[in-house]
Amino acid sequence: MDQTVGHPEFLQHHFSDVEQQRESAKLGMWIFLLTEVLLFGGLFCAYSIYRSWNPEIFHNAHRFLDVYLGTLNTVVLIVSSVTMALAIRSMQLDRKKQTLIFLIVTLALAAAFLVVKYFEYSHKFHLGQLPGKFYTFTGIEGTNPHIFFSVYFLMTGLHGIHVIGGMAVITWLIFKTRGRTFSSQYYTPIEMTGLYWHLVDLIWIFLFPLFYLVG
Amino acid sequence: MNKLPDKSYLNDPKGLKSWLLTRDHKRIGLMYLYAIMTAFLLGGIFAMIIRLELLSPGKDLIDADTYNQFFTLHGAIMIFLFIIPSIPAAFGNFVLPLMIGAKDVAFPRLNLASWYIYILGSLFALYSIITGAVDTGWTFYTPYSTETTTSVISMTLGVFILGFSSIFTGLNFIVTIHKLRAPGMTWFKMPLFVWALYATAIIQVLATPVLGITLILLIIERVVGIGIFDPAMGGDPVLYQHFFWFYSHPAVYIMILPGMGIISELISVFSHKKIFGYKAIAFSSLGIAFVSFLVWGHHMFVSGQSELAAMIFSFLTFFVGIPSGIKVFNWVTTMYRGSISLEAPMLYALSFLFLFTIGGLTGIFLGALSVDVHLHDTYFIVAHFHYVMMGGTVMAFLGGLHYWWPKFWGRMYSEFWARISVALIFVGFNVTFFSQFILGSQGMPRRYYNYLDQYQPLHGFSTFGSWILGLGFVVMAVYLIHAIFRGKVAGANPWGALTFEWTTPSPPPHENFDKIPTMEHGPYDYDKIVPRSTLAESD
Ligand code: HEM
Ligand SMILES: [Cu+2]
Repeated sequence: MDQTVGHPEFLQHHFSDVEQQRESAKLGMWIFLLTEVLLFGGLFCAYSIYRSWNPEIFHNAHRFLDVYLGTLNTVVLIVSSVTMALAIRSMQLDRKKQTLIFLIVTLALAAAFLVVKYFEYSHKFHLGQLPGKFYTFTGIEGTNPHIFFSVYFLMTGLHGIHVIGGMAVITWLIFKTRGRTFSSQYYTPIEMTGLYWHLVDLIWIFLFPLFYLVG
Repeated sequence: MNKLPDKSYLNDPKGLKSWLLTRDHKRIGLMYLYAIMTAFLLGGIFAMIIRLELLSPGKDLIDADTYNQFFTLHGAIMIFLFIIPSIPAAFGNFVLPLMIGAKDVAFPRLNLASWYIYILGSLFALYSIITGAVDTGWTFYTPYSTETTTSVISMTLGVFILGFSSIFTGLNFIVTIHKLRAPGMTWFKMPLFVWALYATAIIQVLATPVLGITLILLIIERVVGIGIFDPAMGGDPVLYQHFFWFYSHPAVYIMILPGMGIISELISVFSHKKIFGYKAIAFSSLGIAFVSFLVWGHHMFVSGQSELAAMIFSFLTFFVGIPSGIKVFNWVTTMYRGSISLEAPMLYALSFLFLFTIGGLTGIFLGALSVDVHLHDTYFIVAHFHYVMMGGTVMAFLGGLHYWWPKFWGRMYSEFWARISVALIFVGFNVTFFSQFILGSQGMPRRYYNYLDQYQPLHGFSTFGSWILGLGFVVMAVYLIHAIFRGKVAGANPWGALTFEWTTPSPPPHENFDKIPTMEHGPYDYDKIVPRSTLAESD
């Protein structure tokens, strides 16, 4: 193999070259993302079943979601996906400072997403639009309107946990970038986090219309 | 005279810490082996107790509630702590990189993490024993699992955590197989055990997340009562069953496929003959993996799914028979005119062939709608799945254990005692479980603590068999442990096998190979190589 320049520090001993290591990481990440899709897949399945059984409740209940806040959050996440992609691009060009800025912006946008979500959640808590047996709201007609909120909280909650997980990893990346671990030769962790972050974004892009828009 | 290599993965580097923080796949494999054997022992003890309780009608030993808890613990431990991780995580970890001529798996750190996650998950599962056990059966069906006062949460949380360990192992193997094969090892030159691990890993990765979300829903349902599975609140308990079996049917192939992989190795090595139908065996693994996702409804023929769905599931279930049959026929053909040597691993492989065939055929009975309505939830099912899981997977596991034991330790076990133990296990197994086919067809329901007098003779017979079986395992434990310390030095290739793991010393060095091996012949080219001579020279 074309490994004439010695063994770079970031190359693990069991790989024969940088390319093999990078390819392995990529394949691993795609498989991981597949498991994430299946994890959410179960919930999407539950959503479609309960929706088809209770079309009216879903219709009546979805109007209590705030489309403006939902749209705002969609925009926030899409922009954060873009800044994440830019962070990778900057590192490919060895512009470390720029990478750092883009990562911090991504982190800030993720936090903004959660803040908006917090306001949405606390408003619903306040009204008693809670899942399952905690549901006390009386303003929606039909039997078992809580079903909608059960599914809503489950799916957005799981998504929220993924946002928090992503923020943890991005924070780690920020420290590593400052510590000069990465370079245009080695930026796999940033790239992999980028893939993950796009998936988190993508899932929201499905959740948003399913809950906020279709009636 | 052979002697053990001075330095091997076992003693280089030294110290407990170097083990606990190791990233060496061989050490991780061995640590998995310790853990799952402990689980097997525990599950086995529960099995012996429930079997003893069933010796005669009425209460012999434990009361009805305890009985419910014990069969649940037996099942859950055997499934989630033992059989799912068994072959892939223990043997797969140890031999996969060796077999493909790699230095390690693709993600060694993730590999170590998966072991710790396994331990953590097991602790959660076992914690449930202290806090009142679980009495739902290993399937945790709602609505009972949301209502019972036993500690369902710590058990299901444990299983949820174990799922991550399984996913990480699967992910690691897929990438390793894709990216780390030695130069010259094309897909169709891989040993069949590697193919089997590959197919298994695909199922692990695709099915386990669904179980994960199902158990999370169950836990949330129990804790906050979201009503997803509660009909009183507009939910649906049958949805739970769909979710559960969407994982758990494919999971039975997570259990059996790696076992089939071992059998392919054993049959060829001990017949000293090229495996017949290499590609057919390789593709049938993938075929099984694929079909396994389409048949989950055969567990729910009487659970209230639509008649049409039941018919489709029944029809699709028969398809599983095809790839399984392909494998069995190819193994038998491989043996035809081979020069078969009947050492312990081969005896286990033959037991597998015999028992798995019975298990598989009775599975076809159960897939037939009208028959299943009669046999559902009877001892027929209990016999069927023990024939597949224990007669199949556990026999393959034991075959692999004996086959690779010299590679693990560099020392040989006592062939004499091994044969005695195979005989005890084979006879004990059939006495224990064949009687249950009859019990079941006569209507003895499963998961019952008490029964009518008419069933006593067969139950007594079955319990008697479990003692023979238990004795076989005790013998095995003794000679295997003895072999670690006192066994005859085995040499690099005691069986005259052709796969890569036998080209490096036993036990292998830390880096696996002195230099990365290259493919000079296929893994089963016994016709081109002269394998018998290697047999002689290793003595
Ligand atoms: C030592 C030999 C074994 C004996 C004597 C034994 C015995 C039993 C008995 C008496 C039951 C209860 C049947 C019922 O009332 O429904 C049972 C259930 C079960 N066994 Fe075993 N077993 C053995 C090994 C295994 C192994 C090796 C596995 C899997 C790897 C296994 C998996 C199961 C499962 C999944 C259940 C169902 C538990 C449930 O109904 O929730 N057993 N076994
Ligand atoms: Cu099944």
